[in-house]
Amino acid sequence: MTTPFLSVERLSQRYPDGEGGQTTIFENASFGIERGEFVVILGHSGCGKSTIMNILAGLAEASEGVVIMDGKEVSGPSLDRGVVFQNYSLLPWLSALKNVTFAVAARYPDWSKDQVLSHSKKHLEMVGLSADVFHRKPSQLSGGMRQRVSIARAFSISPKLLLLDEPFGALDALTRGTIQDELLKVWAGTNQTVFMITHDIDEAILLADRILLMTNGPFARVAESVEITIPRPRNRIEIVEHPNYYAIRNHLVQFLGKHSKELAGPTDAVENRPETVRIDKTAPAARSPKKLAV
Amino acid sequence: MTDMSVNKRAAILSFILLIGGLLLWEAAIPGQKAVGELTEYERLTGGGAQKAGVPPPSQVLEKAWEQLSDPFYDAGPNDKGIGIQIGYSIYRVLAGYFLAALIAIPLGFLIGMSPVAYKALNPFIQVLRPISPLAWMPLALFIIQDSETSAIFVIFICSIWPMLINTAFGVAGVRKDWVNVARTHELGALRTAFMVILPAAAPTIVTGMRISIGIAWLVIVAAEMLVGGTGIGYYVWNEWNNLDLTSVIFSILMIGVVGMALDAMFGVLQRFVVYSE
Ligand SMILES: Nc1ncnc2c1ncn2[C@@H]1O[C@H](COP(=O)(O)OP(=O)(O)OP(=O)(O)O)[C@@H](O)[C@H]1O
Ligand SMILES: [Mg+2]
Repeated sequence: MTTPFLSVERLSQRYPDGEGGQTTIFENASFGIERGEFVVILGHSGCGKSTIMNILAGLAEASEGVVIMDGKEVSGPSLDRGVVFQNYSLLPWLSALKNVTFAVAARYPDWSKDQVLSHSKKHLEMVGLSADVFHRKPSQLSGGMRQRVSIARAFSISPKLLLLDEPFGALDALTRGTIQDELLKVWAGTNQTVFMITHDIDEAILLADRILLMTNGPFARVAESVEITIPRPRNRIEIVEHPNYYAIRNHLVQFLGKHSKELAGPTDAVENRPETVRIDKTAPAARSPKKLAV
Repeated sequence: MTDMSVNKRAAILSFILLIGGLLLWEAAIPGQKAVGELTEYERLTGGGAQKAGVPPPSQVLEKAWEQLSDPFYDAGPNDKGIGIQIGYSIYRVLAGYFLAALIAIPLGFLIGMSPVAYKALNPFIQVLRPISPLAWMPLALFIIQDSETSAIFVIFICSIWPMLINTAFGVAGVRKDWVNVARTHELGALRTAFMVILPAAAPTIVTGMRISIGIAWLVIVAAEMLVGGTGIGYYVWNEWNNLDLTSVIFSILMIGVVGMALDAMFGVLQRFVVYSE
């Protein structure tokens, strides 16, 4: 087996529990992400998704284990890993445009001012923002526009890995839908590797190549890796008619509703690798995966 | 529309209060005079040598007109125009204030960024901060041996604390997500300080600067009463010694006006750096 583009190897995170002891958030978690892959991680609140993401971003350090990206160990944040946080990732004293230009200027220090400006504007337009909002401060933008700016900024620096922590968590369903479409459109043109956290099962199916499922904490682990066997380009209306859609959705709901609790707790394994689950009703020898409740 | 009318109504009310207050004051003066002798009142309005008694507003206005029409005359050490006196005071305030800012803001940055520096310096700050600035005066006069520099030192010491504490507080309180934005974009320490931490903490820092300039202006009047020579504080004290209450009242008003102007300047600066999330 060749090593994937991003390889997470036996990652553990422990925090002091405030009573002199330690709580283990997750232990010996291992998984990989291929180049150009869109991976979404699903799990209950508090299982450690953000913790994993911060480690991938280099913003936090794991208690044990390593993350290897493109053959190099991740240590500290870098422009190679772009991050979109759920909130506050825009600097409120800068205009929408300046929030992007400062990133572009940091990424491409020898570009001229005009190059930086046109590159930034191009990316803001790509996420559906019009020129009349470029000079507004984040506080003068709607939540959806703000998140568009964050996404534009993240894509504008073309990181090797894009990390999204519940980017649409604070948005209403309608806005969520349009921005998901925008994200898919921008992503399709770049072949960017994406690692995204969400709470929304439908969003995960629409966007992902693969969904990682986490069990509940403490001692959470990435238990399954579910392939999304629905061809691209996808679209929110047609996707529900695909024969695999409800099968996959059911599997995810079952996992989050039942298995995530049943499978919780520490294991003896030296390494917790997710089990690959492939659900494909269209394949000639369609067979329910063993974990799918019948 | 409603907003306009609120402003208008407030302006009219302010004006009525001013006129009413002045009339009441004017009317109250002869009543007091009646205890003494009426002829003195005549002499007072005649502008002759003044004795005791609170002057009416008409006299204060007259004085204001006289002083403000030639604010910069200089007729010896005890007879300088109000403009010159205020100029001296402002010079001392600004000199002490900017020296304080020069030290307080970088030091506040350090304290805000480093928990070790914060813990190490905190006991000193806590002990030094509650000391009345004027309590430093004798020591300053003894060590510096110069009343002018001592006054500036007192301004320095009184304006350093709000700026230091607010800077440290603002810097320490910068949202972690913003610092993370800087980190993920690989901004160096210096660029993070100037592009993220300074603008994020600027409203708190400017609030500290505004508090400091207010305190400095309060303290300079008292300091100049002690050290003497020049300045608006000395002028008030000198006119009191001359029993020229008209000048005393006029200079009190001028102290208020200058203080208001200094504060307004920082109000403008504050509006410039403020941001909403
Ligand atoms: N600095 C810390 N010290 C102690 N415990 C922490 C710390 N940071 C996170 N935790 C704990 O780690 C666990 C995982 O937190 P994390 O933020 O990764 O959850 P999450 O899966 O992202 O949840 P959500 O979906 O609600 O965002 C939580 O139980 C949290 O209490
Ligand atoms: Mg989270």
